[in-house]
Parts: sequence; structure tokens; C-alpha cells
Amino acid sequence: MASTPKPVYDSASYRVSAISELKELGKYRYLLGQLIRRDILTRYKRSVLGVAWTMLNPLGTMLILSFVFSNFFKSEVPHYPVYILSGLLVWNFFSQGTNAAISGLVWGGSLLKRIYIPSSVFGVSAIGTALVNLVLSLVPLVIVMLVDGAPFYLSMLFLPISILLLTAFTLGFGLLISSLAVFFPDVAEMYQVLLTAWMYLTPIIYPESLISAKWMPFYTINPMYWMVKMFRLPIFEGRFPSWQEFLPAFGWAAGMLLVGWLYFTSKTEEYAYRV
Amino acid sequence: MPTEFEVKEENTQISTARPIIQLEDVSVSYRLPSERIGTFKEYAIRKLQRKIKIEKFWALTDTNLQVNRGEVFGLIGNNGAGKSTMLKVISKVLKPTKGRVVVYGKIAPLLELGAGFHPELSGRENVFLNGALLGYSRPEMEAVFDEIVEFSELEHFINSPVRTYSSGMFARLGFAVATAHMPEILILDEILSVGDEAFQRKCNLRMKKFQQSGATVLMVSHALDMMEGMCNRIAWIDHGKTQKIGEPQEVIAAYRGENL
Repeated sequence: MASTPKPVYDSASYRVSAISELKELGKYRYLLGQLIRRDILTRYKRSVLGVAWTMLNPLGTMLILSFVFSNFFKSEVPHYPVYILSGLLVWNFFSQGTNAAISGLVWGGSLLKRIYIPSSVFGVSAIGTALVNLVLSLVPLVIVMLVDGAPFYLSMLFLPISILLLTAFTLGFGLLISSLAVFFPDVAEMYQVLLTAWMYLTPIIYPESLISAKWMPFYTINPMYWMVKMFRLPIFEGRFPSWQEFLPAFGWAAGMLLVGWLYFTSKTEEYAYRV
Repeated sequence: MPTEFEVKEENTQISTARPIIQLEDVSVSYRLPSERIGTFKEYAIRKLQRKIKIEKFWALTDTNLQVNRGEVFGLIGNNGAGKSTMLKVISKVLKPTKGRVVVYGKIAPLLELGAGFHPELSGRENVFLNGALLGYSRPEMEAVFDEIVEFSELEHFINSPVRTYSSGMFARLGFAVATAHMPEILILDEILSVGDEAFQRKCNLRMKKFQQSGATVLMVSHALDMMEGMCNRIAWIDHGKTQKIGEPQEVIAAYRGENL
């Protein structure tokens, strides 16, 4: 036994931690790319327009909402289509990303039971796919801005930071909710209802000015309020966020990512038993 | 721990052989599916009533096993005996509830053929996707791509969506991807019965080649005659315990005797 080689795997010293999972994810980055690629290629594989639907989808929703609500809000909000679309992009990213994280872990569960794969790869690739879609849907936004004659501001240079914050928040939340959905299957269904309520509690289709002052403190508890703001300010109002606006968004993004990652990785060893 | 090993090795007279997989008193327990709590409400109620009793099912109980470098080692036993669970603790999928698993080599688990394939993607795309699931990088997959296509005999279909494949083509491609790289340890869970006879011969040939180059093969199958021909040693698992380990003929005879 003197010349025993170092074991490749020893269950006695094997423990999934927040750091070890991050390293494993780094090793499996090719899989990450493959999963994102697969999701984008296959989603519209059999449709004629293909990936173009990623851009047409929010455009269509925006057109309907503008048509329905423009009579209500037109006087309040100039360039209402741009207002809607800039909020809708944020919301679509969040709801698609988190839902894909849930179904990704459930789908991946059938593989997790058979071969070793770092389980976070499914949630991270789900948000990665949503991120590609978000960037693609900036194209229709620009088109709508041109058609509507809305001004382009220098403050739009802030958008990469907005996207970063939104991605971090969505990833953290997606990991958390997908992990819960493994242990409580009802969570996935409940989440759909929650999402609808959450969307209407966030100023996406209606202007913020409609919220009465006494309700405002409740609105600002909502992290998505701050995430939408990070997009609306530079695109729509033409200014960079102030520190008072930036810090809550940053706090939610960093905090949620940390909590989501720590919670997800603390449960990782159980997924193969439970999914 | 080391002293224990030495004793075991003397007992079984394999002190010259180098272990590559070791299971020490490994137990694995699953929760019974009926105990799964589906809703928060249920969870909260039970938590209040302190009624969350986890009923356990022991798939493996205090199992000891040693597989040596270069062996073709077989696991036999009835359905539900714990064979697949054993493969799972070895390949890092499940962490044992009790005991210790030590593996001295890189494992290439053979994914149930074609699991992870996406029907809408072409054969070519699925080769890379499946390779990534097995933990390989792009350069590693590019290096073996041509060989995979040749081995699976899919030259004319590699750019067609996998949904158009026959089940034989599907399985051939899956086997070719999983065995494209020679691993230190290859794990086969009941899959050598794929394809026609010609392809089976090809699979067996590849396994022999692996073994001659020093790879270790761990396989599970109900095809006892095939196992007898291929394995150096066999373990018979029953009710989560190893009943007998040794020469293929003896173990298979004992297993058959029990199940007459």
C-alpha cells in the first residue's frame, strides 16, 4: 500500500461547496456553451422564421399593449411604445430565465441521476440563453425607437451595467427557485401565478407617475422595480442612474446572486437523490 | 484505515493487484417515494406535528468491493438488487450515505445510450453535445469526431436530425461517443445488447482493445453467458449486499442455483 496513488475521487473528502461548484462549472464551460447553443437552435428549429422570433415575439407583445393601453397612458407617457418595450425586455428576460432554470434542472435531473455533471450548469445555461435573447431583442427596441422618433441618449452607454445587474439578480433568483422546485414540485406551478402578480406590481405597462405617493414605499421593496429602472433611466429618461437609484439595484443583484449560489450549492449533493 | 486494507488484501490474496475502485462498508439509502412532501402546506403541517419521519430504503448495506486495475469486472443480480446504485456511488453521482468510496482513475460513465440527445439537432451537433455532457472539451471532441462517425457507420446521416434515426442508429452513435476516448475506467450499465450482431462484435472488440491497453471495465448485465465470456471476476449482488465475488463461472453458477 506504500505506493498508493492519489485518488481521483474519494467520497470521504468530497464535499460540494460554493467554491468547488464554481471550479467544476469552469471545467464544464464547454457544456455550458453547448446547452445554450442547443436551446437557441432548437427553440424555433421547425419554424420558418427561426431565431427571428426571438425579436418578433416582444415586438408583437409591445404592439398589442401599445394598441390597447395607448389611449389610457398616451398623455402621460410620450413614446409609449418605447416605454413599454424597454420594461418588457427586462421582464421577459427575468421570467424566461427563471422558468428555464426550473425546467432545466428538472430536465437535467434525469441526467444527474445517471452521470456526474455539476448541477449548476443547467441554471447558468438557462440564464445564458435568456441573455442571448435579451441582446437580440435590443434590435427591435432600436427599430421601434427609430420608427417612433424617440431620441437616442448618451446615457444608453450605461446599459451593459444594467444588463449585468439584471443577469446577476435573475441567476441568483433562478438558482434559488429551481432548487426549491426540486424539493417542492408545487413551487413551479405556484411561481407562474406569482410571476403574473409580480409583473403587474412592477411599473412595466403603466407609468410610474400613476402610483400614488402613499403606495410608493411598497413599490420600492420590489427588486424588479429597481431592475426596470436601470433600463428605463438610460433608455427612456436619458440620464445615468444616481447613486440612490444604483445602490438598491446593485444590492439586490449582488445579494440575490450570493444567496442563490450558496443555497443551491448547499443542496447540490441531494439533487441526484431527489429529482 | 490502511491497516484494514492490508488485512483484506491478504484475505483475498490479491496483494499484487493494484486497486482502482474501493468500496468500504458502503451503504446508500433512498427516501421512499410515498414520503415525498409535495406542498408547502403539507410540509408546514407535518413540521408542526413533528411528523416528518423519513422512511428509508437501503439500496446498499455495508458493501465492500475492490476492483483492480485492468480488470473487466461484472456485477450481476436481480432487478432492484443494488447494481445500478453501486455504479452511481462509484461514478460520483450519489454520495454514499455511509461508508467510503475511493476511485484511483478517471471514469467515463456510459450514459444510457442517447440520453441527452436532442431529437431536433443533427447527429453531428449531438456528438458534440453528448461529448460535453460526458465532460469533454471541444478540441477533445474534434479530435475523435471522424472516428465516431466511422465507428457508428453514420457517414450519410450525420447531418440529419437525430429524430430521423432508427433506434439502432441512435444506439450506435451513443456508444461511439461514449467510448471515443479510452478512459481509465469504463462503466457499462446494461447496454451491450445494442444493435445487430455485427455491431455487437464491434463493441466487444473495442472493449477488448480497451482492456489490452490497461483500462478497467465495470459492467452490469443480465446477459450471463456474455458476462461469463468477458469478465475476469464477477460480483453477485442481492438485496444490497455482495453475496459472492470471484471467478465468473462459480459466481454465475451460484446465482443461477439461487434463482432456479
